[in-house]
Amino acid sequence: MIPNGGVADPLLRVEDIHTHYGKSHILHGVSLDVGRGEVVGLLGRNGVGKSTTLKAIAGIVHPSAGRVVYEGRQITNMPPHRLARLGIGYVPEDRRIFPVLTVTENLRTGLDRHGVTAARKRELLDKIYSYFPVLAERRNQFGGTLSGGEQQMLAIARAMMLEPKIILLDEPTEGLMPRMVSQIREIIDVLHRDRVAVLLVEQNVPLTLDAGQRIYIIEKGVVRHHAPAAELRADDAPIHRYMGV
Amino acid sequence: MRDRQPLVFWTGFAVIVALLIASPLVLPPFWSRFVTEILIWGLVAMSSDLLIGYTGMVSFGHSAFFGLGMYGAAFVLLETRPPSLWAALAAGLLAAAAVAAFVAYFSTRLRDIYFAITTLIFSQIFYIVIFTWTEVTGGENGLTFSRPALAVPGLFSLRFTPMILHWFVLAIVVLSYLLLRRITQSPFGMVLQSIRENEARTRAIGYPIERYKIVAVMLSGLFAGLAGVLYALQNQFAAPNFVFFVLSGEVVIYNVIGGIGTLVGPILGAAFFLLLREGLSRFFTEYYLIPVGLMFIAMVIFMPQGLLGFARRWLNR
Amino acid sequence: MQWLHAIPWDLLLIQTINGIVAGMILALVASGLTLIFGIMDVVNFAHGEFLMLGAYIAVLTIVATHSFWLALIVASLGTALIGALVYVTTLRPLLGRDPLTTILATFGVSLVLQNYALWQFGPVARKIPEPFAGSITLFHLDYSWYRLTIAGLSAAIIGGFWLFLKFGTWGIWIRATTQDRIMAQAMGIPVPWVLAGVFAIGSAMAGASGVLFGPLVGVDHAMGFDWILRAFIVVVVGGMGSLGGSVLAAIFISLLEAYATLWVSPAQAGIVSFVVLILTLLFRPTGLFVATPK
Repeated sequence: MIPNGGVADPLLRVEDIHTHYGKSHILHGVSLDVGRGEVVGLLGRNGVGKSTTLKAIAGIVHPSAGRVVYEGRQITNMPPHRLARLGIGYVPEDRRIFPVLTVTENLRTGLDRHGVTAARKRELLDKIYSYFPVLAERRNQFGGTLSGGEQQMLAIARAMMLEPKIILLDEPTEGLMPRMVSQIREIIDVLHRDRVAVLLVEQNVPLTLDAGQRIYIIEKGVVRHHAPAAELRADDAPIHRYMGV
Repeated sequence: MRDRQPLVFWTGFAVIVALLIASPLVLPPFWSRFVTEILIWGLVAMSSDLLIGYTGMVSFGHSAFFGLGMYGAAFVLLETRPPSLWAALAAGLLAAAAVAAFVAYFSTRLRDIYFAITTLIFSQIFYIVIFTWTEVTGGENGLTFSRPALAVPGLFSLRFTPMILHWFVLAIVVLSYLLLRRITQSPFGMVLQSIRENEARTRAIGYPIERYKIVAVMLSGLFAGLAGVLYALQNQFAAPNFVFFVLSGEVVIYNVIGGIGTLVGPILGAAFFLLLREGLSRFFTEYYLIPVGLMFIAMVIFMPQGLLGFARRWLNR
Repeated sequence: MQWLHAIPWDLLLIQTINGIVAGMILALVASGLTLIFGIMDVVNFAHGEFLMLGAYIAVLTIVATHSFWLALIVASLGTALIGALVYVTTLRPLLGRDPLTTILATFGVSLVLQNYALWQFGPVARKIPEPFAGSITLFHLDYSWYRLTIAGLSAAIIGGFWLFLKFGTWGIWIRATTQDRIMAQAMGIPVPWVLAGVFAIGSAMAGASGVLFGPLVGVDHAMGFDWILRAFIVVVVGGMGSLGGSVLAAIFISLLEAYATLWVSPAQAGIVSFVVLILTLLFRPTGLFVATPK
């Protein structure tokens, strides 16, 4: 099945993946593309398979059928740590920062990679701390002691330490105060400016329509609709139809 | 087709029992005795299967149950005049039950891994006590005694020849098997299996799993103790090395090799292991445990359903 | 104040030192076990056998080179290698499965290793000579320098390892893997290697303790068993997965045992550790030396 949207030479192409959880069939053939430096939104109600799609891309869940192609190369059954090294950053739904590591140590899990000089590490750390001054303040605190919003910042910052080409964001604004939500919005802009692609899974429709360039809508494990964000901003009928909001 | 299954099962069962009844008549004495021993170890393995296979609790403590059954019988046979078989049985079962109660108490508070380690430690505690309390237990040398008569006071009295002993053991083991089979297929047995599958869910449904675990441990201990009594009868001695944890380890091996959760499997596992040991020890002398150990590891990894499970798959294709 | 004279102070002091020496070695053995359990949720029944293998490798090395210290290094590296091998062949295939299977598998490994040693080295115990003689005089008793050295060395190894965990990159990797294995992978940490490495390190610690302890007892194929039992008790009493707890528990139990031998035989003093275990399980099952019961 030809992926929806057909971006020429995509950074990431998901081709017709199916996943199972025990006997449950979760994804029934999801296909999508993400171009270099693009911000792509993935909308859908609870339980339709949005998170599972990200997990399949990140290598945390292995598809039972279909392929995931990254930079022209098949990555479908590669282990997550190789994918991270190839430049796929993953920010999971419940943040999952390391609770008994300090903020700095959390960042170091992504920073301490092969081939990164000490100078570059300093540079990256300083850059991140400038984007997230709150984290700079708490750099020696254990991750588990941070507030929900701070943990979300840390989770994203940590993924950025990988210097990824694409970041998979799973519902980053869930449970956050409006002020934090706009901070997340700004970070997505920063990533876009830095030419990092973003695949954003969200239930917050306005945010996604605002930040994204193209939008996929998933329902019951399949992509039902796909359009440029501008088009959906003008006519949001498909959103009502497939998300029931 | 479903109706045919019990028929097939019982026919097979009858055939095997008939063969076992005939064995002392056709086999040379060494092998006949060997078969008797296989039956006894099979009983221990079955008792262990109740815990490992059906309730999902790995226990390395069966040497304690077995050993205490053995020593309990030994005491009575040494102290009573004339030595009474039934008193020995009762004493052995009581001793095993006491140990089982002790272990059972802790079993309800500990998760699988902790439970396994703790049962191992407990069997070692008993080993040290038995080993050092020489005045009572004979210490390193153990206790020796003679076989009592197979007697029902007032009715008859038979001497325990190897043949009669074999049939006696066979009768007890067959009865135990039938009893255990009944238990595992009963609602109680179903709850045990449910605990093995998902303890949290079973508890959430409302079952007092602690009580079930305690009963499971007690039953398991009783049957293992029974085997201990039988072993004491057969060999006329009780020794501390039977309480050493390696014996528990071997029992676990029988279970895994034979196929846990099948009752019959562990008996097969015991037979397989003992025959293997007999055979390999002629080539490897004391080092037969190396190939057996390697085989065991390979089975844990590649054939976790054991020989029986493997055979079943093969037959069902 | 008469009774103060009745207390055998000199014996108590000797036993205190004995307890601490034994405790430090036990702590070293138990640390390896705790490490493996804390990170991989694997109960390594074969841990005692790594201790035994370390001792045997040292025996062989000393025969060839006459150097105790070289033997210590070779034995540690050797056991690390064997540990990594065991992990890759037997434990890695069992990763996703029921924890029951790893208990069984490591039990099988312990059987194989023990009998292999029996086969290769025979039942007669070997000896590792102490690297240096000499003793200090405490009261009217001679206490060997070597014993004091092992306590110090064990403490140094444990301390060094703790520092490694706290500061090195690999230390962060290990700690991250313990806390969230999947996210550790998502951050590019090569978790399969970390797990193999941890198992190797834990095994090396056991091997090193075998070498250090070797001169005090004979080296034979069954020497691991005693240690593994007490190490397990220490791990449970100290709180599964807590390095600090294991060290404290090891010293605590060893001290109690040492004092006990003033009154009862060594074999019976062994029951002390069992009693401590039972009491812990009854009253503080999460561990005596862990901060708050969870």
